[in-house]
Amino acid sequence: MSEQAPFTIEQFYKYIDQGKLKGGKCKKCGAIHLPPRPLCDKCFSKEFEWIEISQKGKLLTYTIIHVAPSQFQSIAPYAVGIVQLEKGLKIPGMIRGIEHEKIKIGMELTIDFDASIAPSQWPQWPRYYFRPA
Amino acid sequence: MKGKPLVSIVSAGLSRFGKLEGLYAREIFAQAAKEAFDRCSNLDPKKDIKALFVGHMGESYEHQGHTGATMADWAGLLHVPATRTETACASSAAALRAGIFAVLSGLYDVVMVGGVEKMTHRTTPEVTEFLAMASDFPFEQWHGITFPGLYALMATAHMHKYGTTEEQLSMVAVKNHHNGFLNPKAHMQKEVTLEKALSSRVIAWPLKLYDCSLITDGASCLIITRPEMAKKYTDLPVHIIGSGQASDSIGIYERESLISLIAAEIAAKQAYEMAGVKPEDLDFAEVHDCFTIAEIIAYEDLGFCEAGEGGHLIKRGETKLDGRLPVNTSGGLKSKGHPVGATGTAQAYEIYLQLTEQAEKRQVKDAKIGLAHNVGGSGATAAVHIFRRE
Repeated sequence: MSEQAPFTIEQFYKYIDQGKLKGGKCKKCGAIHLPPRPLCDKCFSKEFEWIEISQKGKLLTYTIIHVAPSQFQSIAPYAVGIVQLEKGLKIPGMIRGIEHEKIKIGMELTIDFDASIAPSQWPQWPRYYFRPA
Repeated sequence: MKGKPLVSIVSAGLSRFGKLEGLYAREIFAQAAKEAFDRCSNLDPKKDIKALFVGHMGESYEHQGHTGATMADWAGLLHVPATRTETACASSAAALRAGIFAVLSGLYDVVMVGGVEKMTHRTTPEVTEFLAMASDFPFEQWHGITFPGLYALMATAHMHKYGTTEEQLSMVAVKNHHNGFLNPKAHMQKEVTLEKALSSRVIAWPLKLYDCSLITDGASCLIITRPEMAKKYTDLPVHIIGSGQASDSIGIYERESLISLIAAEIAAKQAYEMAGVKPEDLDFAEVHDCFTIAEIIAYEDLGFCEAGEGGHLIKRGETKLDGRLPVNTSGGLKSKGHPVGATGTAQAYEIYLQLTEQAEKRQVKDAKIGLAHNVGGSGATAAVHIFRRE
């Protein structure tokens, strides 16, 4: 299945739902896209393969959101950050399982996955988050 | 070619900025248009103005899209070709560029450009949601990252790398509120103390209420023409001598840098080169201070100081009204207000006032060259324009 799966954001989140962090690797130039893209922005190739990305990374920057959009108001204040993964890849997400005062740039984090039920309306994407490694 | 005017501004208009209760966007745009027509007695709007380009970010606010035609009609310009431009909070800088292209192409001699947004009738959560549409949905919005949150991510990284402080961020707010206090059209015409700014409630740490620009209603417009025709309309035209625009990844997480806006650096380089101007030649600037950290990053991206020195520049007072390089003499987005679609040409309006010595209490002495820096969203679009007086 994995070889045939389309290189789309939709498919990225299907893998997240399975507890996998996957990106698209360009078969022509080797560029890795996270999220995957249907067109390589480096060499314009359309040939890719899925690769597993290590689920560990380092925190590049973060913020504590106090004024939240309506669907997140019940959990505010919450922490979000951008995490540096392997191969120069970066990804944003919430940071959980740590007191906000203890969050530090450079700290090691690992991705984790919510077992929550997918929303009934578009987009039916699960959410991943980060926690201390 | 360097420094040669691309087009000339012969008139400009700005509505009152603020909470304009009971007014619809088109009615606010009519205020700005009326001022521009009244300023220019030699202009016959119906006969002379051949096209309108108008920046407008969101149809969600009033459940109203198709802004070009609507604004043309309400400005009394029925039947002119009218087109909306959208580059998030830089929508009217894009309108200005569309106008420049239209005049430079030789197709039209006189064009109106402008922008409008009506926001304050909506609740803050609604506005937060509408504004967030200019950021990446699947990875930023989906994981609860708000617009202030995106700039907060940049602020945390800037503080970590360069030692920029929350106090320096608040100093931007204090400065811009002082300037806005002197601007009779500003949304919030009041001074703010450093203590008050620093102790205001947290929106997205390290950004507090006074680090954020205002939710504002407003409209702005310019009338531009071929430089050789400018004197037909006014003795005091303002020339646009440089124009640049660039884009970047929609998600900040995909960008090379979290502590500068590369699109702004590229747009500035284009505009400086076209104008034959260096940062040290500028007499003043209007920069996109949607958040205080954005002004500090703008200082660095635009070459007002070295990378990492932005916090020191504000601390030394160099960008105050009486400083070496006054920035945001209008009060900026912080105090004048940020009706997103109107902001780009509202910055140009302030520059027009300064370069024609009509800025009254906030007039910069002997101002000859000014720069406007308008950013869309979290920096996926940036536009820079350089202006010179006659």
